[in-house]
Amino acid sequence: MLNIKNLEAKVDNKSILNGLNLDIKPGEVHAIMGPNGSGKSTLANVLSGKNGYETRGEIKFNGENLSELSTEERAQKGIFLAFQYPLEIPGVNTNVFLRTSLNSIRKARNEKELDTLSFLKIVKEKSSELGIDEKFLSRQLNVGFSGGEKKKNEILQMKILQPKLSILDETDSGLDIDALRIVADGVNSYKNKENAFLIITHYQRLLDYIKPDFIHVLSKGKIVKTGNAELGVELEKTGYANFI
Amino acid sequence: MKTEDLKNSQEYKYGFTTDVENIRSPKGLNEETIKFISNIKKEPKWMLDWRLKAYNRLKVLKEPDWQKPKYPKINYQDLYYYSAPKSASENPKSLDEIDPKILETYKKLGIPLDEQKRLNGIAVDAVFDSVSVATTFKDELTKKGIIFCSISEAIQKHPDLVKKYLGSVIPLSDHYFATLNSAVFTDGSFVYIPPNTRCPMELSTYFRINASETGQFERTLIIADKGSYVSYLEGCTAPMRDENQLHAANVELVALDDAEIKYSTVQNWYPGDENGVGGIYNFVTKRGACRGKNSKISWTQVETGSAITWKYPSCILQGDNSVGEFYSIAITNNHQKADTGTKMIHLGKNTKSKIISKGISAGKADNMYRGLVEIKNKASNSRNYTQCDSLLMGNKCGAHTIPYIKNNNSTSTIEHEATTTKINEDQLYYCNQRGLDQEEAVSLIVNGFCKEVLQQLPMEFAVEAQKLVAISLEGSVG
Repeated sequence: MLNIKNLEAKVDNKSILNGLNLDIKPGEVHAIMGPNGSGKSTLANVLSGKNGYETRGEIKFNGENLSELSTEERAQKGIFLAFQYPLEIPGVNTNVFLRTSLNSIRKARNEKELDTLSFLKIVKEKSSELGIDEKFLSRQLNVGFSGGEKKKNEILQMKILQPKLSILDETDSGLDIDALRIVADGVNSYKNKENAFLIITHYQRLLDYIKPDFIHVLSKGKIVKTGNAELGVELEKTGYANFI
Repeated sequence: MKTEDLKNSQEYKYGFTTDVENIRSPKGLNEETIKFISNIKKEPKWMLDWRLKAYNRLKVLKEPDWQKPKYPKINYQDLYYYSAPKSASENPKSLDEIDPKILETYKKLGIPLDEQKRLNGIAVDAVFDSVSVATTFKDELTKKGIIFCSISEAIQKHPDLVKKYLGSVIPLSDHYFATLNSAVFTDGSFVYIPPNTRCPMELSTYFRINASETGQFERTLIIADKGSYVSYLEGCTAPMRDENQLHAANVELVALDDAEIKYSTVQNWYPGDENGVGGIYNFVTKRGACRGKNSKISWTQVETGSAITWKYPSCILQGDNSVGEFYSIAITNNHQKADTGTKMIHLGKNTKSKIISKGISAGKADNMYRGLVEIKNKASNSRNYTQCDSLLMGNKCGAHTIPYIKNNNSTSTIEHEATTTKINEDQLYYCNQRGLDQEEAVSLIVNGFCKEVLQQLPMEFAVEAQKLVAISLEGSVG
C-alpha cells in the first residue's frame, strides 16, 4: 500500500529525514518510535503533504506517486492524519466540518454526497461506538475541547472518513487511561484486512492496547531497527541508547 | 459592452449592462438639474424648495477628508444626476408595462419580479438607476395598512408622513454627501408600518446601477409606528465599468414606542478589477432614531463590493430602554478599501447597544473599523458592548480599528474588545488533510469567523451571503 524509498526531507535547509525506507501492506499496523527530534512528526507531515518541506526520494501510495498530489488529493485517496495538535476553527460546527469533509472525499471518489439526515445517521452510529456524547458534535470544532476530547474527535473523524492508511501522530500523548482506551478501541474496531495504520508514539503504553505487527526505531531521520511487538517492551526497559 | 461582458465576468457575475433607452438630466450639478429632477417626478413645491435649500447649503459645505481611503477628486459637474429607462418614465402601472429588458435584468440578478416567480414571502421594490421600476406584493401589504412604495410615490400620496419624517434623522445640512443626496435624490423606498402591526413578510429593495457616468442617489425612509415590527433588506449590484461611479444614499429609520426595525444590507456593488480600476464609491449615510421608549433598531450589513465603502449605520437611542445593534461583515480584496463602522449615541436611560464587527482583508486591500460610542450625561444605567475582529489574509493587506469612546455618565458602562488574526496556515492544512480544497477551506474558516453576523440575516439571504463571502475571497490564498 505504502512504499517509501530513500526519503529525504529538509526544512529551512536543515535535514530531518535522511534516506528513510518503509513498506506498509494492507492489514498491517506499524509503530514508529524514537527520541524527540528524530523526525517522527516530519514523516507524518511529509506523507500527508504539508507545505514547507523540501523532499527527495520516492513515496508511492497504491502505486501512485504521492509527491505529485496536493494535501487534499492525498486525503481523498485515503490518507488520514490524526493530528498531534488538532486545530481549533471558531464558528464552525463540528458536524458541519465533518459533513463538508466527508462530502469532499465522496465527491472526489465519484460517490453521491450525503444529505444531512443520512450523514447524521452515520455520525450517531460512529460516535456511540466510541462512547462520544452527541452534544459534543454541535460544538465549534475543537474550540474549548479538552486534550482528550480533541484526540477522540480525531479518531471519530477517522471512523467516519474511512481512510485506507491512518497515521496517528502521538495521539496517545496527554491522554488519561480512559481516553487512551477509547482511542485504542476506536483503532481496533476500525482495523481490517484492507486498511493499515502508522502509529507514531513515544511510549509503549498505547501498544499495550493496539498490537503492532512491526515496530520501527527512528533516529536521525532513518529507521535504525525494526522488530515485532517485543521490541517495544525492550525499548521501554532500556531506552533508545542501544539503538542510536 | 453587452453580452461579452457576461462571459468575461467570472468573478463578478453581475457585471453586465442592460441596453435600454434612457432619459437623462443635463450633466452637472446646478439648480436646473434639481428642478429637472423635481419636475420629472411631478413633485409638489415644498419638495422642490427642500431640495433647493439643501443645494444652497451644499455650496458652503466641503467634502470631508478625514477618512482613510483617499480617492481622486470627483468632478460633480461631470456627472448625470438623473437617468431612467425611457419606458419607466411613463410610470408603468403593472408588470406588463415594464420594459421586458428590465424584467430580464432582474431575472438575471435572481430577483424575479413577475407574479408567478416572486420570491416567497418577500416583497421587493426594484430600483433601476434613478427610478423604482416595480414593487411586488403591494396589495397584500395595503390590507394591513402597511405602505411600501417608492419614495417618489410617497411624496405624492403620503405627503404628511414624508414631511414629518424626511430629514428628521439626517438633517438637511448634516454633511457634504448627505446634503448632496437631499438636493438630488432620485428614488428609493418608503415604508410605513401602522401601530401594533407586525409586517408579515420581509420587505426588500434591490438597487441596480446600469447607466454610465451616472451617480445613484437613493433615499430610503422607514417609519415603524408604536408597537410595530418590520424587517427590511437591501441588495445592490452594478455593471463592470472602468470608471468609478458614485453611490451616495441616505437611509433614515424611525422607531416609535415599542417598535422594532431590522435593517439588513447585502452590498455587492462592482468592486473594480484586480488592478483597482473602476468600481463604485459607496458613500452612504444611514441613521436610525430609536425615538420611542423600548424601541429597537438593528443594522446588519454584509459589505463585499465597491471600490471604496465609507459608511457608518448609526443609532440614536433617544427613548428610555431603547436598543441599538450593529452587526457587520466587511470584506475587502484586491485594491478595495473600506472605512466603516457605526455610531451609537445613548441619550435615554437604560439604553443598550451592541456592536459586532468582522473585517476581512485580502490582496492589497485596506479595511478599517471606525466607530463612536457616546453615552450622554442623562443616559443613566446604559450599556455598550463592542467586539471588533479583523482577519488578515496574505501579507499585503491592512486592518485597522479606531474606536471613539465617550462616557459622560458614571452609572453607565462601555466594553470594547478587539482582535486581529491572520488566517492560519495550520487551519488550512488541517482542512486540506480532511479533503477540502483551498477554496472550500477558506470559505469554511471565513464563514466561521463571520458566523455571529451571518446568523442575524433573514434565513433566505443567509445562504446567499455565505456564498458571496466565499466568492469575494476566491483566489486570495495560495
